[in-house]
Amino acid sequence: MTRMVKIPGGGRLSRLMAGLVIAAVPATGAVAADGDGTRIDWGPYKVGDVRSGYTYAGAQTRAMQDDDFQNPAFLWLERGAELWDTAEGAAGKACADCHGDAEESMADVATHYPIYFEDWGKLMNIEQRINWCRETQMQAEPFEWESDDLLGITAFVKHQSKGLPVDVSVDGPAAPFFEKGKAFYEERRGQLDMACTHCHVDHPGDLIRAETLSQGQANGFPTYRLKWQTLGSLHRRFRGCNRNIRAEPFPYGSDEYTNLELYVTWRGNGLPVESPSVRK
Amino acid sequence: MATIRPRVKAPKKAAAGEIIEIKTLINHDMESGQRKDKDGNPIPRQIIHKFTAEFNGTEFFSVDLAPAISANPYLSFNAKVDESGEFTFRWFDDDGSVYEDTKSIEVT
Repeated sequence: MTRMVKIPGGGRLSRLMAGLVIAAVPATGAVAADGDGTRIDWGPYKVGDVRSGYTYAGAQTRAMQDDDFQNPAFLWLERGAELWDTAEGAAGKACADCHGDAEESMADVATHYPIYFEDWGKLMNIEQRINWCRETQMQAEPFEWESDDLLGITAFVKHQSKGLPVDVSVDGPAAPFFEKGKAFYEERRGQLDMACTHCHVDHPGDLIRAETLSQGQANGFPTYRLKWQTLGSLHRRFRGCNRNIRAEPFPYGSDEYTNLELYVTWRGNGLPVESPSVRK
Repeated sequence: MATIRPRVKAPKKAAAGEIIEIKTLINHDMESGQRKDKDGNPIPRQIIHKFTAEFNGTEFFSVDLAPAISANPYLSFNAKVDESGEFTFRWFDDDGSVYEDTKSIEVT
């Protein structure tokens, strides 16, 4: 069962029947119908009603993600692994000089970001953390957003958490930012006057023109998008979505998008980190 | 990406006469020549137009690639191996560069 059953406003019979349909759904929550009608056990990619974008992707796209060799994002990952060990900046340090082996030190970081960063008094995501480290610890130039270097090192760091469930904290000092992100998510904007919820809460699995809408989960970013033909960040995706509804996109790394990132990531708490994923 | 990184996955060992699968991937923009830059000037075509695979110096597989092929082309193909030796893979860029990777295989 992938779609919400809408109960028509009418009489008791239709409500009763809708109730029967819901009751008839098998208890094995992980089984769902694929686009071509075959039944697939989504395994970890479906937790309760929360479904990774993986479950909305076509079989060929999923195959690209399943095979680390076929997944072109791993070309960026190799770049990221090199950068991890490359000393840069006035301090003459590399990531590895403080953090050692990424497999150990970065083992679960992607499950917790974005976090509340006390020095800033606001949220910080992984890209911002990497650039903060570069500027503060390495005294090097920060990487530009959407540069191959920043995408590569971000994908490399997040990949260390692959398979672990997302578990961002939204209480304590992060709470007001979470609320701002939630408000952004629910607020209508742009000439089409649409909020994120109109696609990603009300209609996942349905078509928008020829494309299948997903729940808009963040657990696979940075993602290799076939349309982009390159790796891209979550903020790039946000900008694309905002443009689609003819709204003015916010800048990369803006507070609006980082707050939104926390809310969107929280929606997918429990899903495994998939970075770097492949999507259409 | 600035640095071109060819990647090849092939088994290191095989039985004589076995049919093996070879997978290749290379990062390349595959600029089609159809696009225009911000000022409206056409961006010149730059693609990988040819790929070849040799075994012990003999070409056994080649592909002509066309501008409609997407960035970072992935190719996989099969080969029957009768003897130990070395595979050589070459990607030919429009700008004249040739990217090369080799893999050796032991046939038992």
